[in-house]
Amino acid sequence: MSIQVFGLGCPTCKKFYDLTRAAVTANNLSEEVEYVTDVVRLQELGAMQLPALVIDGQIVVAGHLPSRSEFVKIIAKHKKSA
Amino acid sequence: MNIFYPVKLFADWLTSSVFSIASQTLLAETVNYFIYDTIKIFILLSVIIFAVAIGRSFLPPEKMRLILARRNKYFSYIAAALFGIITPFCTCSAIPLFLGLVQAGVPLGATFSFLVASPMINEVALILLFSLFGWKIAAIYVVSGLAIAVVSGLIIGRMKVENLVEPFVYQQTLNSRTELPPMTGNQRIAYAKNYTAGILKKVWFYIIIGVGVGAWIHGYVPADFLAKYAGAADWYAVPLAVIVGIPLYANAAGIIPLVGALTAKGVAMGTTLAFMMAVTALSLPEFMILKRIMKVKLILIFAGVVGAGIIFTGYLFNWLI
Repeated sequence: MSIQVFGLGCPTCKKFYDLTRAAVTANNLSEEVEYVTDVVRLQELGAMQLPALVIDGQIVVAGHLPSRSEFVKIIAKHKKSA
Repeated sequence: MNIFYPVKLFADWLTSSVFSIASQTLLAETVNYFIYDTIKIFILLSVIIFAVAIGRSFLPPEKMRLILARRNKYFSYIAAALFGIITPFCTCSAIPLFLGLVQAGVPLGATFSFLVASPMINEVALILLFSLFGWKIAAIYVVSGLAIAVVSGLIIGRMKVENLVEPFVYQQTLNSRTELPPMTGNQRIAYAKNYTAGILKKVWFYIIIGVGVGAWIHGYVPADFLAKYAGAADWYAVPLAVIVGIPLYANAAGIIPLVGALTAKGVAMGTTLAFMMAVTALSLPEFMILKRIMKVKLILIFAGVVGAGIIFTGYLFNWLI
């Protein structure tokens, strides 16, 4: 599965990225989390709020920072369905 | 009956029994003011931010832009400004919101109306204004803020600035991936709880410092002390307040309690309003980030038009109040 975090480098986006990586590790996955800051790719994605978590091309979370445990659950849910 | 009466009792009790400060003294009054205001503000913030977040979960920007794009032009400007009130705004969301609105066919001017209103008018600013200045000032702030947003948007829209936006902005049309899955009731509550906690975590420190300094000024700085420096008579007070306000974006939550106390000591109301609006609506970090999707010239037009609107509002209320 592909995991991307879209952000523009603000502190919230950075933290969002760190929590996503931690949640991936906590789920015993080895996927790389890609951190996307390019505005043209952001435009293509079409998310209107940042930071955004995108799994397999689908926006899963946008515009708010879930807690550490929620991140683990979100990743776990998509791990099962993948 | 005042629903904050128990808070008042608690503040009285804490001041006299726990801190054993003799009542009727200046220190007791200052400490009491600080405890009461801080608790009241935190209760209001928690309840109202939560309620707004629940409401917002039913009208995310992805849905809102379709409403804005469908109707006639003037509707778009007013609705965009109104929608800005309930949309949370952080500097990093300025770009995706801008792109998303333009993509859906919302007029560029209305998109700017949104960009002005969103950071300037929000529930946190409103609660602070209401608790520290009363409902009249809060209402003046909202109405004049909306007016600035709509008029600035209309002016920028008239200027035909489409060529000052990076070309890629217009190259993409809506796609279906942007639809977020619908939320369940529990998810809405979890989202609202999380969002409220996030905002409180971000602002609590500034509010305590702001109210603390405010309480100190309230008690210890003589009334009218500042009137001779920043009273209504000085023509340069309003533009100066706006210029000082631009780099102060990050501390908006602490600035309102602080200016509350300054106003009580003689700073003219219009100057205070202009300062608060400049702090929230014009922010240097936002300008830096907008450079990635538009030419510097357009950012300067944006700042100039909004700045002029704020200065006008400042003078207007110095003259009226």
